[in-house]
Amino acid sequence: MLRFLIKRLLLGALTMFAVSLVAFGMFFMLPRDAVATMCVKNCNPERLERVRVELGLKDPLVDQYTGYMKGIFVGRDLGSAQGGFCDAPCLGYSYTSSEEVSDIFARVLPVTLSIVIPAAVLWLGLGIGLGMVSALRRGTVFDRLAIGFSLTGASMQLYFVGGMLMIIFVYTLKILPVPHYTSLWDDPLDWASGLVLAWVALAFLFSAVYARLSRAQMLETLAEDFVRTARAKGLTKSRAYGRHALRAAITPIVTIAGLDIGGALGGTVITETTFGIQGLGRTAVEAVRLGDLPTIMATVLISAVFIVVANIVVDLLYAVIDPRVRLG
Amino acid sequence: MSLSQIETDAAGVDATAVPVAPQPGMVGRSPGRLAWARLRANRTAMVSGWIMVFFIVLGLAAPLIELVYGISPFEQFQDKIANNSLPLGYFGGVSGEHWFGLEPQLGRDIFIRLVYGLRTSLFIATSAALLTTALGIVLGIVSGYLGGWIDGVISWVIDFALALPFLIFALAIMPTVTARFYGPRDEIPVPFRIGVMIFLFALFGWTGTARLVRGQVISLREREFVEAARASGAGLFHILFRQLLPNLWAPILVSFSLAVPGYITGEAALSFLGIGVVDPTPDFGVMINKSLSYAQTDPAYLIFPGVVIFLLVLAFNLFGDGLRDALDPKSSR
Repeated sequence: MLRFLIKRLLLGALTMFAVSLVAFGMFFMLPRDAVATMCVKNCNPERLERVRVELGLKDPLVDQYTGYMKGIFVGRDLGSAQGGFCDAPCLGYSYTSSEEVSDIFARVLPVTLSIVIPAAVLWLGLGIGLGMVSALRRGTVFDRLAIGFSLTGASMQLYFVGGMLMIIFVYTLKILPVPHYTSLWDDPLDWASGLVLAWVALAFLFSAVYARLSRAQMLETLAEDFVRTARAKGLTKSRAYGRHALRAAITPIVTIAGLDIGGALGGTVITETTFGIQGLGRTAVEAVRLGDLPTIMATVLISAVFIVVANIVVDLLYAVIDPRVRLG
Repeated sequence: MSLSQIETDAAGVDATAVPVAPQPGMVGRSPGRLAWARLRANRTAMVSGWIMVFFIVLGLAAPLIELVYGISPFEQFQDKIANNSLPLGYFGGVSGEHWFGLEPQLGRDIFIRLVYGLRTSLFIATSAALLTTALGIVLGIVSGYLGGWIDGVISWVIDFALALPFLIFALAIMPTVTARFYGPRDEIPVPFRIGVMIFLFALFGWTGTARLVRGQVISLREREFVEAARASGAGLFHILFRQLLPNLWAPILVSFSLAVPGYITGEAALSFLGIGVVDPTPDFGVMINKSLSYAQTDPAYLIFPGVVIFLLVLAFNLFGDGLRDALDPKSSR
């Protein structure tokens, strides 16, 4: 188990290193002039030149990369124009919002977490529950309704669902406020009422996929010999299906759930844009609009970290659920 | 579905199997014809197939429809827009002349813009699906057949590509690529934007097909017909594309047909975020993005494009599912 964990962590670190190289190369080699793109108005040649020197764009690329990486792990001095010494984890300095990128992230990360975590709980519960029940009641009206739901949900667009939810609950029925974010610790009720539409929209779309997948998995497992053996031994239905079959059916779902949650944490870009909530995703969109390179670069890195970490967690969970993985 | 005994037997054979020679007195049917028969018997697949065809024809015939309808997608009906920038009349200005009403503020006709939006969306989605499928086939078949370090490298790249968050990367790549070719104040031509989008989809999308093809090739490469081809001195190209590829068309067709709706969604998402197609080009994503700020005052502006893209994606998805059921009956829903 320990060897497996170490191997997995090393592979994750390698992937992260490759991602950082790609992201870095993309930003600092590709644009003709990163600074000119960054600075849209009030730019005279001297100012551009000064910015270039301060950003270290005159240094060799390898130095720039190691400098950036060093900043993340131990912090580094960015120069007076960029707010002096930047503590680890230093992700650079955003010219457009005049603060350190890590400060921006400290502000927007809780927002994205508040959207994704409750939504994930909702979509996993709803999706897997629906899939399991409809597999056990194959061919009934409930099953047909569940299939219809998952087909509809799988073809829906988040911005459309989100917009419709807002039209219905915010503008017509007027029972919910316009979506917004308040800290959970300040006012839990306001936190929930401001984000509930985002949770519902995400849960609707995602649970459709999970319902379909878990139904198929469950049907496959129910046809297996070990489930019949369990029933023949005299195990109750709920124990045979709920414990024995569920455990076997859920492994592939864990993989997809891990990837989805990791991806969502890296920025629920569309959700946040639809509901106008300022999280990681919307920050990325705005950074792109303003040409704020350090912020874009940091968003790419952070969202990749989420996916890589989610992958490692999935593999570990797999090893817990399915003993064959540990031996292999 | 009523299948005769021989059909049921053939249905149990996977699509990669070599067809058995017909026995005397029986009508021989190729796996392709069997699949076609199964597809035709599937009502959902047929209905969604016809809806799909309807949308494709609508997109292709957009200039013709414009001619009949008499309104261009760029024409502005300012006289039908009230002072508060909302269209006059009920439900976003729906009338005999403007079937789906008008856009708030600019007063362009929503129906004809949706017809042209269909064109944009289908063009990008189909090209992206073709490109990613072709790339996926070549890389998957090479990596599956050759194995060794080539397989190792390609497999690692596939895993690596899965670790990249698509939307965030797209957000980052779009402006950098644009900055590479155009200055900050240049007008960026529409074909360039579309090209970059297709490139982005190709960059991230080939991995799915490649994985699928690789897996299939690994299970095929030790079969006798491949060995026979190798023994009779066939070249690598011949084995890969003349011997192996024809045995893979069923899963490839299914993955292609399900990739198209995926790219329709993806294209709309990128344009929604402002990094794909931009106004004045008619597009679903752009339209819905603009409509969200009118959600309170003019819900019709959101509902029309939203419903059209939903139906479009639904039709493609249902048809793709039907196709899969027809080509591979074992994987029944």
